[in-house]
Amino acid sequence: MKSIFTIKGIGLAALLAPIVWLAAGCESMNQLAELGTGIAVATGSISTNEAASITRTTQAVTKTFQDITPEQEYYIGRTVAATVLLGYPPKPAEKLNDYVNLVGQSLAKFSARPETFGGYHFLVLDSDEINAFAAPGGLVLVTRGLLQCCQSEDELAAVLAHEIGHVEKLHGLRAIKTGRLNSALTILAVEGAKTFGGENLAEVTQAFDESINDITTTLMNSGYSRRLEYEADAAAVAILKKAGYQPGALAAMLENMQRNWNPTRKDFAATHPPPADRIQQLARVGVAATKDTNPTRQQRFLAAMKAL
Amino acid sequence: MKRWMAMACAVLVATGAWAAREMSVQVREGQLRNRASFLGTVTGTVAYGDRVTVNQTQAGWCEVASAAGVSGWIHESALTPKRVVMSAAAGDVRSGASGEEIALAGKGFNKEVEAEYKSQNKNLDYTWIDWMGRQIVPEAQIVQFLKQGGLAQ
Repeated sequence: MKSIFTIKGIGLAALLAPIVWLAAGCESMNQLAELGTGIAVATGSISTNEAASITRTTQAVTKTFQDITPEQEYYIGRTVAATVLLGYPPKPAEKLNDYVNLVGQSLAKFSARPETFGGYHFLVLDSDEINAFAAPGGLVLVTRGLLQCCQSEDELAAVLAHEIGHVEKLHGLRAIKTGRLNSALTILAVEGAKTFGGENLAEVTQAFDESINDITTTLMNSGYSRRLEYEADAAAVAILKKAGYQPGALAAMLENMQRNWNPTRKDFAATHPPPADRIQQLARVGVAATKDTNPTRQQRFLAAMKAL
Repeated sequence: MKRWMAMACAVLVATGAWAAREMSVQVREGQLRNRASFLGTVTGTVAYGDRVTVNQTQAGWCEVASAAGVSGWIHESALTPKRVVMSAAAGDVRSGASGEEIALAGKGFNKEVEAEYKSQNKNLDYTWIDWMGRQIVPEAQIVQFLKQGGLAQ
């Protein structure tokens, strides 16, 4: 096997790495890589083919969250969710979790992104806080406090559809700061062995750590921008409509939430726009609050919520 | 002339009549169905990295044929135009393709990185995360749930 996957190739990539990381812009990065490989070819260190491969590899370094594969997103999501669980214990109520998974996984099928690497899965957190967390890849955690804001299956569906919207739009991955993935993607591209070498593993794990921190800080402390929250609401409305739920249930749930809203609390109030603003935004696209539902849905909702 | 060609291409793409193209499965397991809907009957399954030939597309769904000869519809979010390289043995693909054309399965943030991260953060517990991953509602139950609730059929 030729090219960058030989020891020589990795060595050269290591030589190029400082050049890559020092380069500020994408263009200059590529130009520097081409210059570096050009010198290596001229001195006979590598072949022209090898140089072409390394130049391509370096171009891949300039990519962002969009280059994270669904498989990698899955591993990021697992650790983001595990980190959230450090602060919020799960509620081990089997029937309640079964029901939330039934509603959530049904909804996910009507999302614009129904397929993720590991699928969508839901868990209730044993907390009075009004909060929910959508980890990349489809692990959705929702507190008892938020479920208590729901008065029907349609309203619960609205909550879950909003979280599915965050996953669908890759909002979690977007929270990863630019540059965090450079080293991980470089190693990803140049490392041909089946498992990482010690140094590479340490470097990729460092990038993983930083990425997890970026996402959990956003989910738990700073929150997404208003634009992304409205985007998740719009995705939720689309999912609810396709699934046959009342889209106005989202506005109705937000009205319930508004009544319990305490802007000084470090929960949804710290990470989301006020419900009134979201209701206003929904009104602009013709979605008004409604309590309409169906008797069977209401019956099964009330039965499941007894476990709250 | 160029405008006519562009319009012809747009029509071909819009009608899904574009020439068959190869794509890879980018989820752990995907189902092929007899129609472009999750409510369609499953005709077969495809696994991560499998190559499929896309024959036509329709509202986010692709009608594909797997290498095993099974045909059916699968949602486009389960597919990638990249070649998913599964093992180190496929070196020819890696040396001949750029990072934009391939995805190395099991590389980057993977099980090994998760284990390393966990060893550095011993307070992390994945028990409930693993439990979540096992919560897979059977398709038949979802169909029944939707039907009984007067939801989409």
